[in-house]
Amino acid sequence: MDVLGSLGDGFWIAITWQNMALALLGCFLGTVMGALPGLGPSNGVAILIPLAFTLGLPATPAMILLTSVYFGAMYGGRISSILLNIPGDEPAMMTCLDGYPMAQQGRAGEALALSGVASFVGAFLSTWGLVFLAPQLVKLALLFGPAEYFALFTLAFATLGGISSSNQAKSAFAAALGVGIAMVGVDGQTGVPRFTFGEVHLYDGIDFLVAIVGLFALSEVFVFLEHRGKETAEGKAATVGIGRITPSMSVLRKCTPTMLRGSALGFVAGVLPGAGASLGSFIAYSFEKKLVDREGTFGKGDPRGVAAPEAGNNAAAGGALVPMLALGVPGSGTTAVLLAMLLALNITPGPLLFQQNPDVVWGLIAALFIANFMLLAMNIPMVGMFVRVLLVPPRILMPIVAMVSFVGIYGISGSSFDLLVMVVFGLLGWVLRKLDVPLVPIILGVLLGNQMEANLRRALTISDGEWGILFASPLALVLWAIAIIGFILPIVVGGVMRRKMRGGLAD
Amino acid sequence: MSDRVFGGIGLALAVFFIWQATQIQLSFISDPVGPRTFPIIVGVVLGLASLVILIRPDAAPDWPRATRLLEIAVAAAVMVAYALLLPELGFVIATALAATYLTWRLGTVPLWSFVVGIAISLGIYAVFALALGLSLARGPLGF
Repeated sequence: MDVLGSLGDGFWIAITWQNMALALLGCFLGTVMGALPGLGPSNGVAILIPLAFTLGLPATPAMILLTSVYFGAMYGGRISSILLNIPGDEPAMMTCLDGYPMAQQGRAGEALALSGVASFVGAFLSTWGLVFLAPQLVKLALLFGPAEYFALFTLAFATLGGISSSNQAKSAFAAALGVGIAMVGVDGQTGVPRFTFGEVHLYDGIDFLVAIVGLFALSEVFVFLEHRGKETAEGKAATVGIGRITPSMSVLRKCTPTMLRGSALGFVAGVLPGAGASLGSFIAYSFEKKLVDREGTFGKGDPRGVAAPEAGNNAAAGGALVPMLALGVPGSGTTAVLLAMLLALNITPGPLLFQQNPDVVWGLIAALFIANFMLLAMNIPMVGMFVRVLLVPPRILMPIVAMVSFVGIYGISGSSFDLLVMVVFGLLGWVLRKLDVPLVPIILGVLLGNQMEANLRRALTISDGEWGILFASPLALVLWAIAIIGFILPIVVGGVMRRKMRGGLAD
Repeated sequence: MSDRVFGGIGLALAVFFIWQATQIQLSFISDPVGPRTFPIIVGVVLGLASLVILIRPDAAPDWPRATRLLEIAVAAAVMVAYALLLPELGFVIATALAATYLTWRLGTVPLWSFVVGIAISLGIYAVFALALGLSLARGPLGF
């Protein structure tokens, strides 16, 4: 088969000492970042982008490093959920529900091992999903013209705020702000400067890496400054015994169907634009609870309640890579950050990526398979090492995060101006977080704004200024319809869902 | 109330953005859309979203007390100072100072903050400059 042949070639590309070392490093760093409360997949990857960039890594190794971090963070998020009842990152929230009760019953080791296996199953199956679904999506994407791409970008913005955002007006605000920031700089088609106010530094536009690191990483430092002195994780991890770290075969057998169902649901949630890993774990958990919770043990330390969300969120991580690689439209916050890396390397994802740089795509996918096995090894026998990482207090961790962010950005450009812009974005990120404005649409806007405009203008050049071309093809109409439904649906359904999510945590 | 202020600022920003977009100079070669139209559309979306936020605000968030706000402002000022002083002092000294300040304000006792700050600076220098060969800012002392 064609796909398997390409995948085989991918393994030849992936298996080099350098790539394997990067995958191992990425898995390790990712698990650490996932485990630490306050650092999740999106800001973990954001911090490391400048590093990958300044090291001068070519595209394939750079993507291998960063996606390993991404997957690692998805694995690692469960550790603090289970031990501390504090989710290491947002998608790990549902794992608290049954994971922490298990830890309180002295079964923390079992919960960690089981969730490690569940993470593996979810991530492994979804990587297979990626192998088969992405080329199909590419075939569809080849039918896209500029008008369809413009509709697709609109769809991405309309649905990205999605179910996790509480206020669609704020998502729209964030998207418009991001696209607006992208407008700064010299216009690509006519060469006139826009919104530069005569400042030479702005002629190149605002570097999206600066915006991303500021919004995601630096704002976290401000959040910790704000909450200093409140309850910290210090010492708490030590009080929970870990117990045996291998899950018994009977528990594993009991959880196998759960993991398979969770993986399937999570993968679908990941592929859908805007839904992402948080939704994947939420759906997997709620579905499993409805289906098998006859004795009412969910929420009281049922192993299946640990396996379902972990399979779900890791499968969603793989699923979110599908639209990112095949269409150039990310399905979640972290994939948006990964997209930034690709764009910074002058590689445009989408159908052309599969034709022009198949080595990048298939090398990356092959590396993901290998990374999954590395993560399984790291997350079960060596989980104790990561538990110790939780003892690093934020008062030491956060300055490191801040300084590494500065080093990374300075390493790319060597300009103090970029550092100042980053501080501004850090403060902006803190204020917007306080106001419950989602940050991911801003990033997506900064990333995709120029492409969106270019496609609009290309479409209208083809039609000689006739705006009707945007709605001329059936494909475009379908995309517009999904965009409108995707924007309106959360206003109707979202409230109910969020109450359930919060309610579930409060129990 | 926070959202009303926020919506107001957003609206002002949108108006400013649209006004600036109309000031973009046109070049004699242009496509049918030109460089102004899309920014104006973006400005309109920004304005509409701000208007909705203004009219239907969410509950206000828990703003920290004034002392904490000052704390964040000073931390930002330290970061700005760091950005400006980095080329002057060199990486190791500037980073040690900034990291010391941040870890102190996050709750480390003063003497230890100094130790932690220097350790962070040297650690990052060792990993990034010595091991990975990144060129960091060189000060008068060469590091």
